Amino acid sequence: MSVSVAFIAVLVGLVVWGLLVRRLTSRPWEAQGAPPEDTAQGGALSVPPAKIGLWLLLAVISSLFGLFISAYYMRMGHAHGDWSPVALPRVLWLNTALLGLSSVGMQAARVAVRRAQTDRVRIYLTAGGLFAVAFLVGQLWAWSQLNASGYFLGSPAAAFFYLLTAVHGLHLLGGLFVWGKTMVRMVPASLEVLDVRSSVELCTVYWHYLLIVWLVLFAVLLSTSA
Amino acid sequence: MAYVAIADRDHALHDPQTFITKYIWSQDHKVIAIQYAVTAIGIGLVALGLSVLMRLQLGFPHAFSLIAPGNYLQFITMHGMIMVIYLLTALFLGGFGNYLIPLMCGARDMVFPYMNMLSYWVYLLAVLVLVAAFFVPGGPTGAGWTLYPPQAVLPGTPGASWGIVLMLVSLGIFIVAFTMGGLNYVTTVLQARCRGMTFLRMPLSVWGIFMATILGLLAFPALLVSAVMMTLDSLLGTSFFLPAVVSMGQPATHNGGSPLLFQHLFWFFGHPEVYIVALPAFGIVSDLLSTHARRHIFGYRMMVWALLAIGCLSFVVWAHHMYVSGMNPYFGFFFATTTLIIAVPTAIKVYNWVLTLWRGDIHFTVPMLFAIGFIFSFINGGLTGLFLGNVTVDVPLSATYFVVGHFHMVMGVSPILVVFGAIYHWYPKISGRMLNDTLGRIHFWVTFLGTYAIYLPMHYLGILGIPRRYYAFGGTTFIPPSAQWANVGITVAALIVAAAQLVFLFNLIWSLTHGKPAGSNPWRATTLEWQTPDTPPKHGNWGSKLPVVYRWAYDYSVPGAKEDFIPQNVPPDEAPGAPAPAAAHGA
Repeated sequence: MSVSVAFIAVLVGLVVWGLLVRRLTSRPWEAQGAPPEDTAQGGALSVPPAKIGLWLLLAVISSLFGLFISAYYMRMGHAHGDWSPVALPRVLWLNTALLGLSSVGMQAARVAVRRAQTDRVRIYLTAGGLFAVAFLVGQLWAWSQLNASGYFLGSPAAAFFYLLTAVHGLHLLGGLFVWGKTMVRMVPASLEVLDVRSSVELCTVYWHYLLIVWLVLFAVLLSTSA
Repeated sequence: MAYVAIADRDHALHDPQTFITKYIWSQDHKVIAIQYAVTAIGIGLVALGLSVLMRLQLGFPHAFSLIAPGNYLQFITMHGMIMVIYLLTALFLGGFGNYLIPLMCGARDMVFPYMNMLSYWVYLLAVLVLVAAFFVPGGPTGAGWTLYPPQAVLPGTPGASWGIVLMLVSLGIFIVAFTMGGLNYVTTVLQARCRGMTFLRMPLSVWGIFMATILGLLAFPALLVSAVMMTLDSLLGTSFFLPAVVSMGQPATHNGGSPLLFQHLFWFFGHPEVYIVALPAFGIVSDLLSTHARRHIFGYRMMVWALLAIGCLSFVVWAHHMYVSGMNPYFGFFFATTTLIIAVPTAIKVYNWVLTLWRGDIHFTVPMLFAIGFIFSFINGGLTGLFLGNVTVDVPLSATYFVVGHFHMVMGVSPILVVFGAIYHWYPKISGRMLNDTLGRIHFWVTFLGTYAIYLPMHYLGILGIPRRYYAFGGTTFIPPSAQWANVGITVAALIVAAAQLVFLFNLIWSLTHGKPAGSNPWRATTLEWQTPDTPPKHGNWGSKLPVVYRWAYDYSVPGAKEDFIPQNVPPDEAPGAPAPAAAHGA
């Protein structure tokens, strides 16, 4: 629980200080008049809404994983003799590398999209997605290995392993859905790179984020494994 | 600028073409708001019906053979969950949030209209899954709205096989719907405000909904985590929450799980949830009081800071729901302290509401009656909260009718009074017609006085030690026979209050066609939604040109001004009269 509270405290603190404090000291009852035409509006951030939406979503997902990790530690702490740590399958290291490569691919696509190199965007985006698929296949392999070595859902540590990796995998699947839609839009030869620029950038941010989440999860699982 | 691209183009991209895209698969925030509100009120009526059945059983035990003990528990559970989540959360954020945020901020629509539409349909799916529980073998779950394991998933509890799974799945779907809507509300407030609408010129309604949405986005994941883990416990035999127990004479297959972990997760969501419902109510009631008292809100900036403070503090009080759970007593001390601290910003808000009325030009319109009624109910419910927030007082009162009386006052009646006030206030803008005034007054007085007749006696029953959630009390010696008479009285009052809601429903439907035409600004209010070129506002809200905001939302009774209000979009040179000097000192 303390992990989640700390996370939320930091987040709220950032929002309050970064966004609001400067603006919340004005005296609206005294000031009148509108800002000049070119400042567009009352003080919104000059970031596309989709990007803000994504960052908010990442905050929500962070809250979700923070709570899962809190639950993991608390369940371990409350256990009465039934907790036996899991020996993690070796393949997880390979999977971590695959997800890292996937992130690299997405980043390369993002760079290419900024330089308007359409062909490279296609190549790197495809590579990034395929590495992510490979990661998911590797995760399933890890499940089967774990299952084969006798860690079933009855063991709480194994149940948490399956649960945490499943939740992370589902989020990656969601990302792959958006990736797939972007790939379909990239099929026509007459593609203007501007059409997919925002999708590629948002996908890249999401991919990096899921890599960080995976690294945190992996670290938590490693530090508590047999 | 990105802002220009979304908000200031002449025609929004998703102009409705046919009846279906206009009213059913609509992406217009106003239509979605009405869809949300109608669905929420519909399912809320189911919950109202359940509470009537519960009261009949308690007032006249054994007189109704169709209510078996198991049914009674199912009614309690579904009543609580529907009212808190599927009615209040959905209505305040999905309903009022959708309608008011773009209009009050001066935007043409939400920034992600498609996702907004999806949010409603996913919410509807959640409601349907919830309702489906009434029709599966074993019926809905009877675990109490807190769904505590282990009993929620063990045989013997009603709905332990199908009902609980459907409940958890429905909650999961609801959270997905809420997240889609919530990302929209926050991004819209951040990105789509019109020119001149600074943060500190936003009406408090928007502030309340904005803060509540942020709380919801961060807190609902806790419910999702507990729902996912309990579903796995129930279906796949994991032991996240379920300890080794002997159930119905048989040892269960579970081993070593932690029920306390569930309570922590549930209340880490559950307490912010109280404020997810309360903050929009706080915001809306501030605007109602200011408009109908023709006076600027007292201490506007302090009101905003209080909302922020309550929002932050609401994440560190959750364990005050768990004083009797057997957790470390030092925890209890910590949480009692934070609970009492949260009373400070809340009290600031109450003082400011009362001081807004002070020497105001109070118009006792129906919305105003409900807003003032809210102050009374909220103070009552809040004061008993101080009792329950202290560990030593809470322990003997835990799980008695005192708790039921407290949270119905503070979290049931108070927000519902604001919902009613807000509907009477904004119905003219939504429909173009006024609600009937006489029916509204009848509705207010019966509801307001009736809820006191219901919930005040419950505090006495609680002090006697009468436990909640009991189907019938039998020959228990510490319960005097007079307690039964109190129960009869409560039941009669509850039936009358329930009937009064039918008057309200009739008024809603009848006034659609027979109400007095409202005009564009019947309450002579300053906020932007009353300044739209059309009433009800058309798709895109503002015609060809977005409004520009020159002042805050509370320029009422400004000395030297022609009228007693200056709308937010009136430029300084068109409205003579300095901003009220009293306002400058007021905060």
